[in-house]
Order: sequence, then structure tokens, then C-alpha cells
Amino acid sequence: MGTVRRFGFIDCDADTVWAFVGAPERLHEWFPITSCRVEGNKRWIVLAAGITFEEDIVTLDHDLRRFQYKIVNNPLITFHLGTVDVIPDGPNRCLLMYSTDMDPEVLALPIGGAAGVGIAKVKEMFDRK
Amino acid sequence: MGRKILFITTDQQRYDALGCNGGLIARTPTIDALSKHGITFDRAHPQNVVCMPSRSTMLTGQHVATHGVWMNGVPLPEDAPSIAADLRATGYATALIGKAHFEPLLDPFLRFTENRMGAHRSTNENPNDPHRGFDHMELATHGAAGALHYSQWIRDNHPESVLSYYRVLDNELQVNAEGGGDTKAPQVHVNPIPTEWYHTEWVAQRTIAWLESLPADRDWFCWMSFPDPHHPWDPPASEMHRVRWQDLDLPENYIANSTTREAVLDDKLRHWRGWYDGTFVSNYEAPARWVPATLTQDQVREVNAYTHVENELIDEAIAKVMGAIESRGWGNDLDVLYTTDHGEFQGDFGLLFKGPYHVDSLMRLPLIWRPAPSANIAPARVSAPVGHVSLAATFAHIAGIAQPSYVEAPRLPIHQAEAEQLGHERVLTEWDSVLFGKIVHLRTICRDNWVCTAALDGSMSKAGEGELYDLTHDPLQHVNRWDDPSVRTLREDLLADMWDNLPSQHLPLRSMDAPV
Repeated sequence: MGTVRRFGFIDCDADTVWAFVGAPERLHEWFPITSCRVEGNKRWIVLAAGITFEEDIVTLDHDLRRFQYKIVNNPLITFHLGTVDVIPDGPNRCLLMYSTDMDPEVLALPIGGAAGVGIAKVKEMFDRK
Repeated sequence: MGRKILFITTDQQRYDALGCNGGLIARTPTIDALSKHGITFDRAHPQNVVCMPSRSTMLTGQHVATHGVWMNGVPLPEDAPSIAADLRATGYATALIGKAHFEPLLDPFLRFTENRMGAHRSTNENPNDPHRGFDHMELATHGAAGALHYSQWIRDNHPESVLSYYRVLDNELQVNAEGGGDTKAPQVHVNPIPTEWYHTEWVAQRTIAWLESLPADRDWFCWMSFPDPHHPWDPPASEMHRVRWQDLDLPENYIANSTTREAVLDDKLRHWRGWYDGTFVSNYEAPARWVPATLTQDQVREVNAYTHVENELIDEAIAKVMGAIESRGWGNDLDVLYTTDHGEFQGDFGLLFKGPYHVDSLMRLPLIWRPAPSANIAPARVSAPVGHVSLAATFAHIAGIAQPSYVEAPRLPIHQAEAEQLGHERVLTEWDSVLFGKIVHLRTICRDNWVCTAALDGSMSKAGEGELYDLTHDPLQHVNRWDDPSVRTLREDLLADMWDNLPSQHLPLRSMDAPV
């Protein structure tokens, strides 16, 4: 099992950040993917290399500010659980954390790398100057 | 007009691969001629024994602690220093053709420029500020998979050969342990691809094409980077008649008696034996599901035969490029530097591949500088310890520009006496691997014909443990003198010298964004 975690502190309140990253259909606005589409509890994302991942949305908890999803119906990926958490750190700051657990384990690394890019993008968008 | 620079690298090649360094099997007359007319370094070490960190040192002139590419999968920042950019700024045309690997290869998001350029069939995304200072990049790796230019070329022109190559990764994206050839040695594969479509030939032909595109009066720096003889060992089958594995002797450092071999391994840091037994795979550089203890003598012979064939093909490819350069009238002003990024066990200690093992198999490298004949520099052999960290300063020196402030070592010397004048007393090598809870950190100094490796706290070792080898009396590095009281003072002196000269590592370590 490969497990990776990326996080960043955002100088912005948790509700504002969550309103953005907690919207599954807006993933392409911060994560380095080409496009995404949501239908019910399903999401499809397209990577720049042309790969499409089909995903099941497992958790979308606005009180907890937690989003979880699984890549499914992929012959290569035998297990996956991705988790996005937004955790308040006072009234004007929050922690954005992205975790992924995966088999094959090595695939967790590029997903973690992409998450790092995504978190940096959110920070750029929401950090109050 | 100034001096032109052809920088030739191979991947995972041993010091003794070449005739000029005592190699007896592969015929390497072109490289041997470079040695005969140039400076041959007999104690050249990389600053890291895997690709990305080592190559980043070549480009930046910095130790790993400074450029921060501590393991494969950690990208070199886009704004990292680049000697190619400095040469370009002085008017040099610059190119990198073949294997770059400053950025991860496994990149489904196409985050990295090298892969993106390949996918888009671009050789320069931004002509005004080209990637890492190279006007032209045409890239390749070990086969036809992935997004790089060679893979695209094969798919476009010879799609029937895409599957000729060994499948580097298995179904679980681990480095493939599947064996082939006659002995079922791991990563050995009979490749039906015609030689003219093989990546060694492609690198040479693309280099020639780029050189032919230049005006006669242009100065240039070309990094020609062959992916071989790195595993998988899958040269064109039509070339295998050159070396019959059945005819090969076992390598000098293959320890045939398993009891003796295991005693030698047990005398080293514990991760050696862990890997040999298949209980501790610290990094992604070897098949995780292959157990080195199962390696047979015939498998060692066959891996070596395939490697020798690959080395001969590289030598012949270099000859073609040298011929093209001569035909342009540039020969008299051409400096050639030849090296590799790190070594390969090839059966030493009963092992294959590479990893956190700081011995000559992986650290002692071919390094040759054939100065431009017009510079009138006498041939020499230099035994002083030198490293890749000196390459960037050497390129600057050849081009007649000031040594960039970012480089951390003097240029290469042109003879033994100058090595001392320039301060080539020691060479340093670092290892850091942190992969899903398996951690190894090593720091190594080579000085005065001793190699001293200090372990830092990790999964299998703790600070205070290490290895110490006397290269004069134990050139095969079988006897670990770390705990020998008679050399305790020497050990402490070496360690103090190492810590005095090794740059501080930037912490936290940058993220590892791919396994390779």
C-alpha cells in the first residue's frame, strides 16, 4: 500500500476554501488535470497524458469539510482512497490536506506530486495578501 | 570561433567497461582513442549513484545537498542553475539529445517539461528562454514506453517495434523481475529490433542532424546522452553474436562461494544483506520481487554479455558522430568529455543493479576529457579523486567564461600536479532514500585511497555505523575496517574532512513526485 500526504496552510477561512475544494466538479480549477465531469456520485477526470479515471465519490461532508473518492473500474488500480480535508486553524487560516492510499503503491507518488501542485494553486488563489 | 564541446554520457556504466580502463571484452576503440589523446581519470565518482541526482550534479555543478534532487522522482526545479544556460548566454548553441532525466519519467499528469515536450513533439517550448538552457532537446529513455521523443518516433515510424523492447514495469508498476535470454536473468530480453531503430543509433543520428543544422562558425555545446547500458539489457538480437555469454569469465568481484559471499555482505551495513536476501528493498532501482541471492553464475555471464554488446554499440555510435564533426571541419577545436551517471554491480558481490552501496562497482566511473587538439594539452592519467561536480566548471573553462558562482567544485585538472593545485583532494557522494517507510541515508568520502561511508539514522542502520575500505590493499572492498581500532584515527579524520566539505542539506527534503 502506498500512502502519501500533502498539505498546506492557507491564509483564508476554512469555509471559503472548502466552498471551492469541496466542489468535486471544480477539481480541474486547482488540480493539474485537463477536465472533470460529475454525475451524481460519479466523477470522471482526464489527465494530460490522455488517461481517464472513473471515480466514485465516497464522502462529501460539508460539516466535517471532508471529501473522499475512489478510482474505480481501472484494471491497474486495485485499491484507492483519496481524501481532501480542510481544517480550520483559527478564524482566518486553515489547513488543506490531501491524502491518498493506493495500490499499486508507486502510483501514489505522482498523485501526491499533483496534489502538491494543486495545494500550491489553492494557496495562490486564496491566501489573503 | 571558440572551442566546441561534445559531452557524452552513458547510463549505469562501469569504469572497467572500456578498453582504456582495462576492459577486455567490449571493443571500444573510439572511446579508447579519446583516452589516448586526452586526460583519463582513474578515480572519478558520482555525487549520487542513481540517475536524477547524478545528472542534476552534472548540469548544476552542485552537490546533491545543494541542488536538492536527493533521489529519482524528485524533480530538479525549473529555475535550478544550468551550465547549459550560461554557455548559451555566451553565444553557444546548446542541445541535449538522449536521456536527460532531470524530471520524473512516470508522469501521467504531464507536469514535467521533458515529458510534455516529447508528448507535443516539441524540441523547445520557449525559444527565448529554453528549458534548462538547451536550445534543442530530443529525449529518450530505456525503450519505447512513455512520452519522450524516441518513443514517439518509434510509434510514428516503426510501430511494430514498440513491443520489441523489454517491458520495464510489471502489471503492478514495479520494476519488472521477469527474466529472459538463455538463463532467465532479470531484465534480460531478446530484442528483435533492427539496430538502426535502436535508441543508441537514434541518439547518434539525432545528434548528427542537430550538428548539421548549425552554421560552420557557430560554437556549440551538445550533451549526447545514451540510455544504455542501463537495464533492461535488451540490445538488438542481431548484435548478440559479438559476445557469447558462455565464453565469459565471471567478474573478478563475483564471490563464487556463497558462504564467503554472505560473510562479506554481513560485514557491511545491514541493508546490503537485507537486499541480497530480498527482505529490504530500499528504493525503486531494482526489481522488488527479485531476490539477488537467487542469481546464478550463468545469469551473471549473460547480463555481462548483453552489457558488453551495448557498450560496443555506444562506441560505434560515437564514432559516427565524431566522423560527422570531422566532416564539418570542427575536429581541431572540439573538446570531448565522456562519462556516465553511475555504475552497476554486474555480478559484483553476487548482485545486479544499484542502490545504497557505496563501493567501486557503483562509484568508480569512466571519465575522460579529450581537450581540443588546438589547445595543445598533453595526454595524462589522473589518479586524484574527482567528481561530476567538477564538470560544469570544466565546461565554463573550455568556453572561456568565468566559473559560475553556483558551482561547488573546481574544474577538472589536466594532469596530476594540477589536481593538487586545484584542490582535488577528496570526492563526496550522498545517498538518501525514503520510500514508504524504508529509509537509508549515507554520506561518503573518498580520499587518500580510502573510501569511508557514514550511515545516518535509518531503517536498518543508525548514526555511528558505517563502512571503511582501504582501496590500496583491498581494492575489491571485501573488508570493512570501520570498527578496526588500528584505523580509528584515520576514520575520524576522514569523517571530519567529509563533514567540513559537504554542503548542508536543505531540509525538509523536497517531495518525491514519482518512483523514477
